[in-house]
Amino acid sequence: MSVTKPLPHDAAPLHVSGAARYVDDIPTPKDTLHLAFGLSSIAKGKITGMDLTEVQNATGVVAVMTAKDLPFANDVSPSIHDEPLLSDGTVHYIGQPVFLVVATSHLAARKAARLGKIDYAAETPILTVEEALAADSRFEDGPRIYAKGDADAAIAGAAYVIEDTFEIGGQEHFYLEGQAALALPNEGGDMLVHSSTQHPTEIQHKVADALGVPMHAVRVETRRMGGGFGGKESQGNALAVACAIAARATGKACKMRYDRDDDMVITGKRHAFRIAYKAGFDEHGHIQGVSFHHYAICGWAQDLSLPVADRAMLHSDNAYLLPNARIESHRLKTNTQSATAYRGFGGPQGMVGIERVMDHAAHVLGLDPVELCRRNYYEPAHAVAEVAPSEKPLGHPDPHEDLTSRGAVETGDAPVRPLPVGGNTTPYGMEVSDFELHGMTEALLKSSDYAARRAAIAEWNARNSVIKKGIAFSPVKFGISFTLTHLNQAGALVHVYQDGSVHLNHGGTEMGQGLFQKVAQVAASRFGIPLEMVKITATDTAKVPNTSATAASSGSDLNGMAVKAACDTIRDRMAEYLAERHQADPSAVTFAHGHVSVGAERYTFAEAAALAYQGRNSLSATGFYKTPKIEWDRIAGRGRPFFYFAYGASVTEVAVDTLTGENRILRTDILHDAGASLNPALDIGQVEGGYVQGAGWLTTEELVWDGKGNLRTHAPSTYKIPACSDRPDIFNVALWVGENREETIYRSKAVGEPPFMLGISAWLALSNAVAACGDAYPALNAPATAEEIWHSIQRVKGGADGV
Amino acid sequence: MNITFLLNGETVELTNVNPTTTLLDWLREERGLTGTKEGCNEGDCGACTVMVTEADSAKALNACILFLPQLHGKAIRTVEGASGPDKEPHPVQQAMVDLHGSQCGFCTPGFIMSMVASHTNGATDHDTQLAGNLCRCTGYAPIIRAAKAAETRDVPDWITSDQSFFCSQIPRGEAESRGAEPPSHLPENSNELAELYVQHPDATLIAGATDVGLWVTKQLRDLGPVIFLNRCDDLKQITLTEEEIHIGAMVDMNRLGDALTDLHPSYAEMICRYASVQIRHAATVGGNIANGSPIGDNPPALIALGATLHLRKGNARRSIPLEDFFIDYGKQDRAPGEFVEHVTVPRQPDRLKTYKLSKRFDQDISAVCGCFNITVTNGTVTRARIAFGGMAGIPKRATHVEAAMIGKSWTLDTIHAALPAFEQDFAPLTDMRASATYRLQTAKAMLERYYREDQGEITNVLEVSA
Repeated sequence: MSVTKPLPHDAAPLHVSGAARYVDDIPTPKDTLHLAFGLSSIAKGKITGMDLTEVQNATGVVAVMTAKDLPFANDVSPSIHDEPLLSDGTVHYIGQPVFLVVATSHLAARKAARLGKIDYAAETPILTVEEALAADSRFEDGPRIYAKGDADAAIAGAAYVIEDTFEIGGQEHFYLEGQAALALPNEGGDMLVHSSTQHPTEIQHKVADALGVPMHAVRVETRRMGGGFGGKESQGNALAVACAIAARATGKACKMRYDRDDDMVITGKRHAFRIAYKAGFDEHGHIQGVSFHHYAICGWAQDLSLPVADRAMLHSDNAYLLPNARIESHRLKTNTQSATAYRGFGGPQGMVGIERVMDHAAHVLGLDPVELCRRNYYEPAHAVAEVAPSEKPLGHPDPHEDLTSRGAVETGDAPVRPLPVGGNTTPYGMEVSDFELHGMTEALLKSSDYAARRAAIAEWNARNSVIKKGIAFSPVKFGISFTLTHLNQAGALVHVYQDGSVHLNHGGTEMGQGLFQKVAQVAASRFGIPLEMVKITATDTAKVPNTSATAASSGSDLNGMAVKAACDTIRDRMAEYLAERHQADPSAVTFAHGHVSVGAERYTFAEAAALAYQGRNSLSATGFYKTPKIEWDRIAGRGRPFFYFAYGASVTEVAVDTLTGENRILRTDILHDAGASLNPALDIGQVEGGYVQGAGWLTTEELVWDGKGNLRTHAPSTYKIPACSDRPDIFNVALWVGENREETIYRSKAVGEPPFMLGISAWLALSNAVAACGDAYPALNAPATAEEIWHSIQRVKGGADGV
Repeated sequence: MNITFLLNGETVELTNVNPTTTLLDWLREERGLTGTKEGCNEGDCGACTVMVTEADSAKALNACILFLPQLHGKAIRTVEGASGPDKEPHPVQQAMVDLHGSQCGFCTPGFIMSMVASHTNGATDHDTQLAGNLCRCTGYAPIIRAAKAAETRDVPDWITSDQSFFCSQIPRGEAESRGAEPPSHLPENSNELAELYVQHPDATLIAGATDVGLWVTKQLRDLGPVIFLNRCDDLKQITLTEEEIHIGAMVDMNRLGDALTDLHPSYAEMICRYASVQIRHAATVGGNIANGSPIGDNPPALIALGATLHLRKGNARRSIPLEDFFIDYGKQDRAPGEFVEHVTVPRQPDRLKTYKLSKRFDQDISAVCGCFNITVTNGTVTRARIAFGGMAGIPKRATHVEAAMIGKSWTLDTIHAALPAFEQDFAPLTDMRASATYRLQTAKAMLERYYREDQGEITNVLEVSA
């Protein structure tokens, strides 16, 4: 069977030879036009005048468009229509598109876009948490609150109470391929759009609205992205819509790609959070209650901020059974880029919150943090009885006109009704019935030799005054499913040709994660044929409609199941036909090793396909899947938002130069739960890459805005993602052997986002190293840049900050 | 401008080339070779890496900030030319497939070409070789596995053929500016350069284009007249005498690093972190000095070593202490038509330590670059030259700190007593790289590190392992 094999990425031979095509590599008609946006240079205000004469007269310029030139919807928002393609006369951040240049070359468009003269009536921008709170500048009327038991009372009665506030920075996706789109006008006003997007259906929808045509007049194709990480869930809308509008206006193919600096200035990033916490523990380290205040910097438009902030709340427990918890979440509207989806979708921020609480408490209690974690874990899976889903479905938000978006959710107010105390339940009332971390933690501590290394590090730190070492463990429990329940569906289209070759299509997009290969492995396994007989094809809204974004780690869970259903439909038809031909029972027909067997008769799959064709059977089928068991009320904060949880655990060792704060990751050991992996090689790739990206977020990746709202780190020269030598010197990654307890595709588990949060152990290890400099708790902010670590060392040493 | 080079084994002759067309744009837009990718267009991500072979070696270079005239007489290999004539994969390509070195694949062509270049050169210090290639998907581990797996495989014939160098076939002077394109010159030696620059003092000199390239790709400037220095082989000499190290202005950073490995190992280590391999192949000592960056890492190191700068205008030459060249932010002691010819460093016992502080270890611009050259005789500080980048508008000596130590005994107390003098020497800025406080305090900490390191303490976080 193809599934479970560690096969290389399907496009690897194309990647290494430069033959893999991305949007900007697609051959285009000779007269293709190129686009660039003219950008706002102030963070907040009204446009009082615009002189675009020089732009118009610049070399190569064909057209210049402003909002008034747009024929239909001036809207690229994935949620509440608050994001115009081109400024509506007001500007809300530095980098907001104000006008559109259409020119004969990419360079000509870029040059002309800088020649616009825009006059503004500037207003004071809102850039910080304090400013947003003071102005009550927020999305939704007030904070969202999820609660279980009585956190305040539990904390008040606890033997030990810890309390602090800290900052978590945002993160630039830095997909290596910048945003790009290409629109090709077809006959009759139809439009073909190639887009580097995780969400072709939404591109189709936004383009149709902008052109004033039904969705059937727009076809969107996505073969692959050069990285997505959430940054291409909604951020490609503007380019695709701009291209389609310009293509409609000029009758020519139009292409747009952002220069890297423009990409970083225009597009949204991971949400920065401030988290204030207060927690109570008993003398044995059992948590009694915890209270969080989340302040999410959402930027200027709503985009996907509500579900991101929700997911942060939903991961405020991480792996811990919190008897009493209260999470209050403020979604702040600021004059910065509109923060958007990024791998983990708020989960990492929520998880950093509770891991910080555990680290702080362990310091106060004088316990090994691992011990504290384990004492507070959820009950193991085998100890929990299977819970039947509740009879009565929960109330869902009203349908919204943009049904495909994760941003489309009701905003409203509801009284907080705390969930009852007790049970192995999350702060949002979901029973945790598949908890794997007890066994995983035990195994990882052993394989990483944690205890001995912790002792060796203490010894090192006693002997060395300049270089201090630190080690830390962190677990991950990540909820799998879109929290907007209706998005948990997928479609597939499979053809078997008369020569036995298979054409495979589904709604998922390929951004490097290996989804196409995994799903092809599923198809090959269903038909019992070699993988080479399956042709993987580009995601295409004309083949599979109404798809959800490839996001929330859902790609292989949803599309794998949909493809399985389509394959099985065809297989059943073939089996039935061959069974009838041979007077056998259809269930006796087997598909394996490239052959179809009916009793003693054995056909190659190609022969069987030819026979079925000649027998006038349809060898084409669609497949559909919807995730069972889930139901969720985001307003009340209760239900079962997730089908299951994916787990992981990591141990990281670091060294810190206490003179400057410079630091290195020396060793990382990871054990990750991918269920029964569809492809262990691809899954390990997700784990290794996720860890390094997560560690980067919490260490070197610092976004800096100046006092006017200018993003000062808008290129790789100033924004530092991990480089080759930043990966751990010793990097041991293994998959936990186990099946998903839920019925997923071949009992595998989603693996896109969960490993990202394994990087939290690097941040905690830095905290552990800093703690060796004195008695006080390091109280690190994130990212823990060398400078942040240096400041923390000064605090721990007891000297005034900045001696 | 007419230029000739070898592209994936085929001779290409171009006429009327716009001299500031980048190789990347030409490959993708004119030649239809879209395997080479644009990731950042500023030489920081490596997605556009190609291999360029010239007389001395095969080099990985960033095509996004490489102007076509810089390639005159060289052999270029892009990812499309990494595999053989019958599409047989290069060993690094096969290893990357087998060991899962690509995910989204967008950075992969750049990695492949960096790996082809290091494989060709037999380099196995993969972290260093690949420091200039960013990957956001894999976490690098499988790429390193692939690079290691390919180490023992032979260099394929089609790659070695680039080394049978064809430069001699190109007539001298052919590349001169003609016709309507922007005026540009490609002098063959420093005498021609001196003459041209006096005639065209408004011209922009282009050495490695690692800075000027961004004027074109990011600032979208039209440079006007340009003079390319890449054919001036006489400026690429690095020679060693009993008295001094003579470094020609066109010596690239990798060659400088190699030359200093034994003489001043700490300087050579800093050069490894100065920038990526690709940038170091292009960037020159002369360019790094002449562009007057306040944070360029060479100037503080050279100042600490007591280097002398040699300038030339026409046939007039003058020599000044390097620190005197930097007058103020954006202002250097250089007359119109005058250029950096070479720099000399006096031979001396090695007491130099260079400390580069940046957000990321590799491929990052320094927040602070501290260079310490302190001589201790019989327990007393007898000489101190300390210079910093990133602490002022220019690379600057810490004269007050030096004075506070000279004549004092070499103890931690002396170090601590000298620390307040930093505030007399420097009032650094806060920017996106570091705060003023952090800059000032870590500059002080570096002096302490120098002392502790001298006493044999473990102070280098890069030398610690699990």
